[in-house]
Amino acid sequence: MQTGYDRREFLRLGGIAGVAFASGLFPAAGGAQAQGSDFHFVQFSDTHWGYTGPANPDAAHTLEKAVETVNGLAAQPDFIVFTGDLTHTTDDPKERRARLKRFKEIVSALRVKDVRFMPGEHDASLDRGEAYKEFFGAPNYTFDHKGVHFIALDNVSDPAARVGDEQLAWLAADLKQRKPEDRIVVMTHRPLFDLYPSWDWATADGAKVMELLMPYRNVVVFYGHIHQEHHHVTGHIAHHAAQSLVFPLPAPGSQPRRAPLPFDAATPYRGLGTRDVAVGVASSYALKELPVAKA
Amino acid sequence: MINRRTTLRWLAAAPVASGLAAAVGLAAEPAVREIRISAKKFEFTPSSVTARVGEPVMLLLSSEDRIHGFKMPDFNLRTDIVPGVVTAVQLTPDRAGSFSYFCDIFCGDGHEDMGGTMLVEG
Repeated sequence: MQTGYDRREFLRLGGIAGVAFASGLFPAAGGAQAQGSDFHFVQFSDTHWGYTGPANPDAAHTLEKAVETVNGLAAQPDFIVFTGDLTHTTDDPKERRARLKRFKEIVSALRVKDVRFMPGEHDASLDRGEAYKEFFGAPNYTFDHKGVHFIALDNVSDPAARVGDEQLAWLAADLKQRKPEDRIVVMTHRPLFDLYPSWDWATADGAKVMELLMPYRNVVVFYGHIHQEHHHVTGHIAHHAAQSLVFPLPAPGSQPRRAPLPFDAATPYRGLGTRDVAVGVASSYALKELPVAKA
Repeated sequence: MINRRTTLRWLAAAPVASGLAAAVGLAAEPAVREIRISAKKFEFTPSSVTARVGEPVMLLLSSEDRIHGFKMPDFNLRTDIVPGVVTAVQLTPDRAGSFSYFCDIFCGDGHEDMGGTMLVEG
């Protein structure tokens, strides 16, 4: 394998609840095997560059440390994805662009140069993605890598958290070109299912996206927004939320309000990190949560 | 109190208030209790309201600054709140408890804190 995980480690991950997801847990509905793959990528999410506040007194340096950690991985990923909220929101369009610019400079230090971005509501909802697009281009796109079809969906440029009819039509047209057994990875910012609507942890028309994806047997979704590791299955489709790099949020419904978990100076990076996703053969995905900094 | 503009906005809001919250004609139901809720970045005023199970209430929603959203997932209610227009939505709670409402149109740094609670007594 090129992933840096040997079979023993994969099995060890499999023994830890919540960190390894294999085809045995989410079998292909039709019994057909997806095309084989063997690579890994890293997911960053919710970096919120520009945040200042008590929930993370080190916010100005957390992203840089995570970049350093990922650069230190023995096996560098094939590519890196950022699933939104690259910057913390601001009402000032000039400051928004300054934050996007600085964010881009910081992540340009990543050793891996194949980096894919998508916006979060903090980047794009106040100007419908205008500034974001100046720096990173289209907020929705597709690409293929070693037999896996990746789809980046934008559910934040509309401030009401809608994917929208136009993008739904674009998605439907793209999916029409896929076979039912093709491997498809969807990347987006907000959950595409109603994770916890009382905290607005949902996408307004996420059900329409899921309806389009359902006929495909090998689909998995990676997203951010909720600032914590979370795993959910809709039918045969798994959804994996990533930790943030600014502050962790509470488990859904675990407290009256979705306020950031308080900063703990003894464990300053608790609940923060990035994620390595090993894409194995036969529809397996091994997830390994990476700390912000090496212990 | 409720002018033609309000009524028009209410009619527009009625479809999204279907299900547990049904809209009725204002003229035919003069006794419905009104609850006024004003929105601005990043708060609702009041942030806490009360109602009773089975008692119809009319939420009269307005915005002081920009477009906001009003969402109460527990009663399948959501509508836009547009400045200059009073949006009326009727709700008849069918169960007691504490139910949150919040802005679901991203409005800036503080949007996540923009919410309130309806306490429904049995």
